[in-house]
Amino acid sequence: MKIKRIGVAAIALAAAGALTLAGCTTGSPESPGAGEASSAIVTVNNTEPQNPLVPTNTNEVGGGLVIQNVFAGLVYYDAEGAVHNDVAESIETDDAQTYTIKIREGLTFTNGDPVDAESFVTAWNYGAALDNAQLSSYFFESIEGFSYDENVPEMSGLEVVDDLTFTVTLKQPESDFPLRLGYTAYFPVPASAWEDIEAFGENPIGNGPYMFEEEGAWKHNERIDLVKNEDYDGPREAQNGGVDMILYASTDAAYADLQGGNLDVIQEIPDSALETFQEEFEGRSVNQPAAANATITIPERLAHFSGEEGKLRRAAISHAIDRAEITDVIFNGTRTPAKDFTSPVIDGYSEDIPGSEVLEFDVDLAKDLWAQADAISPWTGSFQLGYNADGPNQGWVEAVANQIKNNLGIEAAGAPVPTFAEFRTSITDRVIQTPFRTGWQFDYPSMFNGLGPIFGTGAGSNDGDYSNPEFDTLLDEGSAATEVEAGIEKFQQAQEILFEDLPAIPLWYTNSMGAWGEQVDNVEFGWDSWPILHQITKSE
Amino acid sequence: MAGYIVRRVLQAIPVLLGTTFLIYFMVFAMPGDPIVGLFGEKTPPPAVLEQLRERYNLDQPFIIQYFIFLGNIFRGDLGVSFSGQPVVEILAQTFPVTLRLAFLSTVFLMVGGIAAGLVSGLRKGGIFDASALVVSLIFISLPIFVVGFVGQFVFGIQLGWFRTTVGSGAPWSDLVLPAIVLATGSFAQIVRLTRASVIETESQDFVRTAASKGLSRNRIVPVHILRNSLIPVVTYLGVDFGVLMVGAVVTEGIFNVPGVGRTVYQAIIRGENPTVVAFVTVMVLIYLVVNLLIDLFYAVLDPRIRYAK
Repeated sequence: MKIKRIGVAAIALAAAGALTLAGCTTGSPESPGAGEASSAIVTVNNTEPQNPLVPTNTNEVGGGLVIQNVFAGLVYYDAEGAVHNDVAESIETDDAQTYTIKIREGLTFTNGDPVDAESFVTAWNYGAALDNAQLSSYFFESIEGFSYDENVPEMSGLEVVDDLTFTVTLKQPESDFPLRLGYTAYFPVPASAWEDIEAFGENPIGNGPYMFEEEGAWKHNERIDLVKNEDYDGPREAQNGGVDMILYASTDAAYADLQGGNLDVIQEIPDSALETFQEEFEGRSVNQPAAANATITIPERLAHFSGEEGKLRRAAISHAIDRAEITDVIFNGTRTPAKDFTSPVIDGYSEDIPGSEVLEFDVDLAKDLWAQADAISPWTGSFQLGYNADGPNQGWVEAVANQIKNNLGIEAAGAPVPTFAEFRTSITDRVIQTPFRTGWQFDYPSMFNGLGPIFGTGAGSNDGDYSNPEFDTLLDEGSAATEVEAGIEKFQQAQEILFEDLPAIPLWYTNSMGAWGEQVDNVEFGWDSWPILHQITKSE
Repeated sequence: MAGYIVRRVLQAIPVLLGTTFLIYFMVFAMPGDPIVGLFGEKTPPPAVLEQLRERYNLDQPFIIQYFIFLGNIFRGDLGVSFSGQPVVEILAQTFPVTLRLAFLSTVFLMVGGIAAGLVSGLRKGGIFDASALVVSLIFISLPIFVVGFVGQFVFGIQLGWFRTTVGSGAPWSDLVLPAIVLATGSFAQIVRLTRASVIETESQDFVRTAASKGLSRNRIVPVHILRNSLIPVVTYLGVDFGVLMVGAVVTEGIFNVPGVGRTVYQAIIRGENPTVVAFVTVMVLIYLVVNLLIDLFYAVLDPRIRYAK
């Protein structure tokens, strides 16, 4: 039993006690067991971060996993997506519009800078200011003073009260604002970072459970080495000595390394192993719904899909898709057929929202609805489903197209676009002339996040230009509700309207999939499909 | 000799300029906005989009973008990747890795391929010749990713002889398996080429003369036969260096080698023009240098070839 790779002697202290004790009881070499802290370094696969590691400029998973573990926000999400305070002492509001946020005393960044009100307010203002063109700027949209028309260096809605207190005033009441604060864009940044934010993006200094092992620990395209932050005082204390993120260009290579014993945890499963991974890593794998879904968006502007005719046709298409068969055959059970517009891990999820019957597979009803639409205006042409061919989409798109073809008796096929960038550009510019695949990965565990940004009138990700005043009203009412339950009720009612209009046809929830080796324990995947790194323990 | 080298180097300049232009144009013509791609499934706010396009000069017409790029090159500035890393730095990190991989692969090719080809040629029609033919045909008909995955599974996972992927810092020992995989693609050509060349040389008059002089077989084979058979093989190796670079894209993906192929592939997918163009330019440069070296090497192999003028 050897403690491996300890950078700082102090790191071993907490674990050393456990190890010595286990060593004394002769004949029980099993250590450290479940629940005990270990000092070994856990390896996990990741992808090269696409952007500098600045919280407000990181919007993809590769960088997100680093930010998530090197920083600590006001709140954090547990595995189920429930929200708990981390840096925050309290977050209070009377009207869901003005929030008073108090920070716990005595917290510091790993360079000694204090975690104070200023470290949040400055970071948020930086993230929001147009001139900084941060990728996550829209997270600050609802704060008073935010603007995309001009550069606002300091938003009027943020006010520092004292060292550890600041207030946030929103443009309108939004009761789920505290739920958002665990998202990476809202993390604090130390004062010293502003001298050279570019250098900071290369060597971020945070306040989270982990920190960079050394300056330059981000070896581009190779690895990012994190060690436990001994000074972290919060609910996410690391139960291991550190995490080495190995950067892979292909999941297949990562999976081979897991099989070959060179990797502890893999947070994605390559297509080639979908069928076998649960058997191969029995008891050491996960396959559960996560906060992400896949949908088909059919904009109103397309011929035959506007007005009453469009409603009937969308419903017919929805009934014509056998979701269970596709998730089973094409995805080997690694997707879960959709029952609503959000995800089962989101608070307030329900399988029985009135109107959700439209997601049931029913060929006769589909044919009937399609015929009714034909009575309004006879169908012409073929049904094409747009997708990006550089992702794993072709299989299911062709399957969906085939089902539509067979069950509705019309021409249907997939319409591949070579790259993701080209695909998204044609959607953003509204030039795509076919229905297309869409998907939503939740930023934070709130029902509103799966509805407002996608279906609200004029919302940022409203790719289908859907607009329904009734729906908007219900969303506003839900946001204004100060009671969580009351808000959820409104959001569910809003979904009833979506089921009727079907601005997007829900297909399935994306499962989080992963596997790990025998040497690690306590591996759990969160609501956001990321492994919860700080609680993993490793023997050796 | 010196004059010849100078001429070749001067010739390389228009080639390089032409290549950067072509590559830049092709990357530019790739449909889709890389900045939109940065936002994933979310629609970027138009104001932010505009800012970012401006930052990367994407709002300029093609020819302006190209001249900005060229101007920066002459100042030694190859631009930065989206993650904020200078492209020069990425070049410095990845090229040594791929060059080592290609070098190791070439060594395997030369040692394995030439040896097998020589034996096949000398014992034409024998058992070794027949089996070398079969093996090389198998290799030539298998796509490199099949060889890669099978090699990784059998030797990495099942037998555990090699590390499944290349570890941190890409040590030589980890590069052995990927290099072998990379070499299999050209193995057949080298064997066949050497074999044919050896057979032809063996029937030449000077070989018979050498034998009549009473020279031992141990002297005739390496000095008279092999040396004179190598010219077409070496030419092929030079051309093949480019193929190795291409094969590196696949091989580096499978074995997670932090080299050129993997980086270029990712940069293409992400639409990072500066990275793609800089990498391809350096690849062209290396290709030119390798082929110049090979042309010079002819003179060593065959003293009748002279470049002096």
